Amino acid sequence: MRRLILGHTTEFTLLAVMVVLCVGLSLATDRFFTISNAFDVLNVSAVNIIFAVGLLVVLISGGIDISFAVAASVVQYVTALALGALGGGNWAEGFIIAGAIGIGLGLINAALVYRLHIISIVATISTFNIFFGLLMFFTKGVSIYDLPEWLTTRVVFFEREMADGSWIELTLPVVVMILCCLATWFMISRTTVGRQLYAFGDNPEGARRFGINIAAMHYISFGWMGLMAGIAGLMQAHYAEEVVPNALYGRELDVLAATVLGGARLGGGKGSVIGCVLGVLMVSITQNGLNLMGVSPFAFKMIVGAIILIAITLSSARIDKLFPFLAKGSAKSRGTHQ
Amino acid sequence: MKAMAQKFNATFGADMTGPAIAFVAVIVIFGLAANNFISAATFGSVAFQLPELGLLTLAMLLPLLTGGINLSITFTANLSGLAAASVMQMYGGADASPGAFLLGILAALATGSAAGLMTGAAIAYTRAHPILVTLSMMIFLRGLGEFLTRGGDVSGFPSFIAPIGHGSILGLPIPLLIFIACVGLWQLLLTRFKLGFGLLMVGSNIEAARYSGLNTRRILVLVYTLSGLMCAVAGVIMLARFNSVRVGHGESYLLITVLAAFLGGINPFGGFGRVLPVFVALIVLQLLSSGLNLMGANQHLATALWGVLMIVVMAARTIVSTYIASRRKKG
Repeated sequence: MRRLILGHTTEFTLLAVMVVLCVGLSLATDRFFTISNAFDVLNVSAVNIIFAVGLLVVLISGGIDISFAVAASVVQYVTALALGALGGGNWAEGFIIAGAIGIGLGLINAALVYRLHIISIVATISTFNIFFGLLMFFTKGVSIYDLPEWLTTRVVFFEREMADGSWIELTLPVVVMILCCLATWFMISRTTVGRQLYAFGDNPEGARRFGINIAAMHYISFGWMGLMAGIAGLMQAHYAEEVVPNALYGRELDVLAATVLGGARLGGGKGSVIGCVLGVLMVSITQNGLNLMGVSPFAFKMIVGAIILIAITLSSARIDKLFPFLAKGSAKSRGTHQ
Repeated sequence: MKAMAQKFNATFGADMTGPAIAFVAVIVIFGLAANNFISAATFGSVAFQLPELGLLTLAMLLPLLTGGINLSITFTANLSGLAAASVMQMYGGADASPGAFLLGILAALATGSAAGLMTGAAIAYTRAHPILVTLSMMIFLRGLGEFLTRGGDVSGFPSFIAPIGHGSILGLPIPLLIFIACVGLWQLLLTRFKLGFGLLMVGSNIEAARYSGLNTRRILVLVYTLSGLMCAVAGVIMLARFNSVRVGHGESYLLITVLAAFLGGINPFGGFGRVLPVFVALIVLQLLSSGLNLMGANQHLATALWGVLMIVVMAARTIVSTYIASRRKKG
């Protein structure tokens, strides 16, 4: 147990903070501590969590991706057009088309990073501009509301009316989100490819000398990100029941902040699916709690930003470095663990 | 040809080659494609549009040179503009006196530097990754700005500030003159001041810089403070140009400033780079945008082409350096 906690400090710290936050919010508002609210939070966060687990794989392998949210917008748009051309289609076709386009866009990033040796942040900022610029150019900013019926109909896997009359429901985005998390978890922690991704992210040169296929690492990580972006784009279209070209614009930085909050490290080699999910949920719960407490929505971002800022600075700095007067006690207790 | 290249490198520096080639290419391509491209109107529009993106790029430049990044620049600029606006509102809005305007500028500069100071301190003392610190700072500042303005515009300023956004002296737009002055300031800072040398050292190897006796924390704090200060200048210019302040204004420039800096030969890992190539790169980007505009294409196509240009330049750099390396091996 102790080893588990010490090996996953960020995740457990985050969990502890979330528990405190939830208890506080449950006491402060009477709506927060209800199952239906928990499901609301989950439904709202689903798309961001799908993005986050994709980004996690790129971060673990030592890269960064800025372009995934606009890539998802491209996927949404092209998928909607393709489905229209197919005369409707169905879920299977939707996932295949969205996934394939997503992977294709991810592989473009991978090729730029691997073949042309452009560092990933520059490459993906470039593709961010290219994807978004071309999308807005060709669509002229026009949204698509005329989506096939199967895509906009809510798919409910489980629903139940609670004693207080509120409904809880488990919708398709949440189920897809869980599947994406499980798949990502399986890939990064139960397969050789996952081991190699961590090793490559931690020390690229060492990994290369060890015989790890560097090209494969780039294509797998960005391809996976692309796949997740594609799925997330489709889910967003399903959830919003429309395709708006710039709806996801700007989402990338929020997801990045949440993912890193969950313990993924810029520079590679570290991060877990659980941490990632907790990071996104932490932000959603804060927003949800503020909403229930009746705080002005204009203040949300400010408070969320302040929390992320504090969390990131505190988790990067060892507490005793920031407050030297605390150093003696904590140095002693750390000594016993090592 | 070789001698010419050497002479060019000796005069302008090797990192000027990329931007210079791109500059010539853009002029030639658009000169041939659009017959009214090479005209006073084009250069006039470039001269008026350049400062906004340019000042933000200068704000991005110093952190990039230290191997960091400042993702909060646009919202720092917005918030600084907001500070200036609220001071003027306090002193009568449209009837505010020049004194109130000066006070507003001071408030803007103070706000920008304060935001930069906080960012710099967080980066220097916690060693958190600059992307993260400035990213959370960006979310925080955006939230703060939206909270203060309720997501709306703040407008109604005295008419005498309009020339700062639209006026000209001897045919040169005033915002351009301010921008050029700031370019000169950064150039001086990087070539003549200890801080400029120190920040390049920090960018190339922070540990080595620390061991050689530089106060790296102080340098980082100063760099981000100066970055915030430059954001404030951009914020005031934006206020004057649009006669209003709105949080989110110029947000689309954020990532383009990074492109402009790298296009101008800044080393992505920090430590190497100069101001003048970045200045030329900015002109190239604006010419590209104006040229496309002239040909009837929209701004979004320009955004896409900025990305393509970036990839072409970075790829060319890689290809040329591998070519040189392979030549050296043979020789």
